[in-house]
Amino acid sequence: MRTRDCKHICDESSPAIGEAGKTGEWRSLTPVIHHNKCIPAKQKKQSCFLCWLYCPDAIIKKTIPIQINLEYCKGCGICVQVCPAKAITMA
Amino acid sequence: MPKTRRASASLTKKANKANIRLLDGNQAAAEGAKLSRVQVIAAYPITPQTPVTEALSEFAERGDLKAEYVAVESEHSAMAVCTSASMVGARTFTATSAHGLAYMHEMLHWAAGARLPVVLACVNRAIGAPWNVLNDQQDSISQRDTGWIQIYARNNQEILDSIIQAYKIAESVYVPVMVCFDGYVLSHTEMPVDVPSQEDVDRFLPPYKPHTILDPANPKNYNLVTLADPRANADGVLCHGYMELRYLLQEALQNSAETIIKVGQEFGELFGRNYANMFWKDNLDDADIVIVAMGSLAMEAKVAMGMLREDGLKVGVLGLRMFRPFPKAALVKALEKARLIVVFDKNISYGSEGATSSEIKSALYGSQIKAAVRNFIVGLGGRDIKARELADAVRKSLPSLKTGALNIEYPEWICYI
Repeated sequence: MRTRDCKHICDESSPAIGEAGKTGEWRSLTPVIHHNKCIPAKQKKQSCFLCWLYCPDAIIKKTIPIQINLEYCKGCGICVQVCPAKAITMA
Repeated sequence: MPKTRRASASLTKKANKANIRLLDGNQAAAEGAKLSRVQVIAAYPITPQTPVTEALSEFAERGDLKAEYVAVESEHSAMAVCTSASMVGARTFTATSAHGLAYMHEMLHWAAGARLPVVLACVNRAIGAPWNVLNDQQDSISQRDTGWIQIYARNNQEILDSIIQAYKIAESVYVPVMVCFDGYVLSHTEMPVDVPSQEDVDRFLPPYKPHTILDPANPKNYNLVTLADPRANADGVLCHGYMELRYLLQEALQNSAETIIKVGQEFGELFGRNYANMFWKDNLDDADIVIVAMGSLAMEAKVAMGMLREDGLKVGVLGLRMFRPFPKAALVKALEKARLIVVFDKNISYGSEGATSSEIKSALYGSQIKAAVRNFIVGLGGRDIKARELADAVRKSLPSLKTGALNIEYPEWICYI
């Protein structure tokens, strides 16, 4: 497969999920969520979600329980640092 | 300069009749930009380019030119403004010299890499240390590898004409164009210049169509981090990696000769001054000795040619107009009969030789031409170079005519050492 089909003459892309490739491949350490410690999971209601707020790649879903999209998580570990319940660890 | 300017203008029935004005090179550049209806000008004054910026800011302030004049704090910013404005669809212009051009270096790469058709007038000046504000071509030659097309004008008419053509070339092939002309020799010397009418230039030069369309309804990313390998976008289309984009820039410059010649021919048909050539030839038909020079130096070489012809030598002049792309194949054809090629350079690639000399030798490699190439470095930092000095250098090179191809490792200098 050749690249001329994209018809670009300079670097060009449209903002879309996956436009920069599967950035999860960059990861060396993986975040692991411990739902038994996570505040929204324990309280079964909307609360905290600091991991969602601070994730620079917006790959944490504000659901109960929260979900981490490992296809795009680069493994920066910011969620581990901001979690007040120490519910996320890097493995 | 075309000999039949007045006559040829009357031959092109469609174009308005000649409007001859006395202009210096800087005024000619400013008029060229104005006639091209530039929309954004960002420039920082530097000797000897300053009058270009003064004239354009006056045009914009008076309302003669519907353009935004952005008074920037540096040349780096000037080129940043030009690339950004070009990106959103404005026809942009800037002018600079020497240290200003050097300061722009990073953004020159950016304009070419982003394939933005910015046009820059470079008023050629020497670079320090030591300080020197006078003419040579070291500044633009030092920007040789930035991916810009480079045109060198021989006189003020060519400056004006080349800027108008530069937009048509740049906006066809999406490569920025640098129109270079010698400081003082041209920039501060008045000559008769036929200034075309706005109506005629409008017919020649269509409005700019950007390839980068910025539309909030259809957002795009341009020139983000592009790593070594190609990768598929979200739609699964394999997109160029960094190296493919570099290849496309080289391909665009390689193919641009065709556009340059076509645009030059179209210009000739409308205005009576034909530019359908990458270089100018004078008396090459019977010449076994060819002088090669670039910019105003080529005009000086024509005077030297006259002197040498009086001595009975068969001398011709080849004046390079295009330095990038470099017209290798066309040159080999033009130099077919040459046995001695004397190249004068107003620049030096330290540790090697003059830039045009290297190019000529590279063009000749593998061809049938067995000519000696002699290189002379002249006129650095405004050192006056007289026609008789050029003629003397050719006379000094004559033994090479008999001995055939000579490999002279380093150039000779016409100076007092």
